[in-house]
Amino acid sequence: MQPHFLVHDSADTVGVVVVEGVAAGQELSGWAMDTDDTATLTAADAIPLGHKIALAAIAEGDTIIKYGHDVGRAVAAIGAGGHVHVQNVKTKRW
Amino acid sequence: MAEHRSFMGYRRENGRVAIRNHVIVLPVDDISNVACESVARNIQGVQALPHAYGRLQFGADLELTFRTLIGIGANPNVAAAVVIGIEPGWTKRIVDGIATTGKPVEGFAIEENGDIATVAKASRKAKELVQWATEEQRESCDLDELYIATKCGESDTTSGLGSCPTVGNLIDKVDAAGATTCFGETSELTGAEEVCATRAATPEAAEKFRRTWSAYNDFINENKTDDLSESQPTKGNIAGGLTTIEEKAFGNLQKIGKHAKFIDVLEPAEAPTKGPGLYFMDTSSAAAECNTLQAASGAVVHLFPTGQGNIVGNPVMPVIKLTANPKTARTMAEHIDLDVSGLLRREMTLDQAGDRLIDIALRTCNGRLTAAEALGHNEFVITKLYRSA
Repeated sequence: MQPHFLVHDSADTVGVVVVEGVAAGQELSGWAMDTDDTATLTAADAIPLGHKIALAAIAEGDTIIKYGHDVGRAVAAIGAGGHVHVQNVKTKRW
Repeated sequence: MAEHRSFMGYRRENGRVAIRNHVIVLPVDDISNVACESVARNIQGVQALPHAYGRLQFGADLELTFRTLIGIGANPNVAAAVVIGIEPGWTKRIVDGIATTGKPVEGFAIEENGDIATVAKASRKAKELVQWATEEQRESCDLDELYIATKCGESDTTSGLGSCPTVGNLIDKVDAAGATTCFGETSELTGAEEVCATRAATPEAAEKFRRTWSAYNDFINENKTDDLSESQPTKGNIAGGLTTIEEKAFGNLQKIGKHAKFIDVLEPAEAPTKGPGLYFMDTSSAAAECNTLQAASGAVVHLFPTGQGNIVGNPVMPVIKLTANPKTARTMAEHIDLDVSGLLRREMTLDQAGDRLIDIALRTCNGRLTAAEALGHNEFVITKLYRSA
């Protein structure tokens, strides 16, 4: 079955939505690429293709982990299943 | 590894393998573009490469322009070249640089002749060269004899999930087989620079990489405002779901696969000289600039993963586009040579995607036009390091 979102690494705190038209409240199936595990998650927001979803609640100031690595910090709290992007995550570099 | 690894290519005077047979008319400077374009209009099968620079440059910036122009002329995909400049001195310098390959090249200066007489003489030479070049024959060559470059563009999260790892799978396979490969995009490794350094084959290469990345990062920090002006990540990257440079960097790094180690760090447009293997080149992350530098270093074929749909090409080096974004594969199909969006649907494995890329790369080497070639994309952009005098 086609997953709705993919997760690069088992340490990641975010997944990537890989289908179009995900709506708030939708039950999503996910696939962890490194372990081949599957999981389910309810989308808290509408999330476009290619955008990230929080796998669990993320607090303001938390480091965002993707590819098993630090890819930025949360500048606002994000609920589980929430849309993770420029409105709530910033780079630690520039 | 895919079973069929040989292809029909051209073997040049210096032994290098080519997959195209271009005759180019190369301007030394911006004001010689018109004459070069006139020659290309006069003679069929000849391509002009207009550009914006070549006057009043100095120091490292001038050296880079010379290295780029000589490197493009010396690229194995160029069978022969006509060079036109405003004056004879720098024109001869470009001609002499290209001539070290042993290929036919002749220069023409406009001063004391004017455009019209120069175009007449250069057109006669271009006709002779294109008739000679079109009798060159392809012969059997091996995948391992290729110099392959890669760079991604208009990336999104699907680049890191699918199209970049597909290139990485190919790089791992051809690296083990003895091919020469190159990646770049210095600023676009920011956040993943230490992970990238661990992919150096030697401590010396790792240290050279760290110095190169730090110098670029210092330059960015000196010139940035409060952000990078929606340039890194780009507006397109952000629309595609990429949030930070760190996230973009880890996606970018997927292009070098899981096993290959880079053996050296190249200056912009510098040719690899340490034998087969993976090289890192210090480049901008702008597609046409990076591709031009890689072509000038001698790369004959390019692998270009895209997420949102970058459409770039190159005048002498075929650019093969692949995407894992199903929407881009649908809405921009004419620009895409290989659709690997099946990776996101779990319909294909990474190993299968890598083999499909090897297959389309070999077909391209045999002569199949890439989407970018068929659509006429021939972006040739010289990297400018600083203001001219």
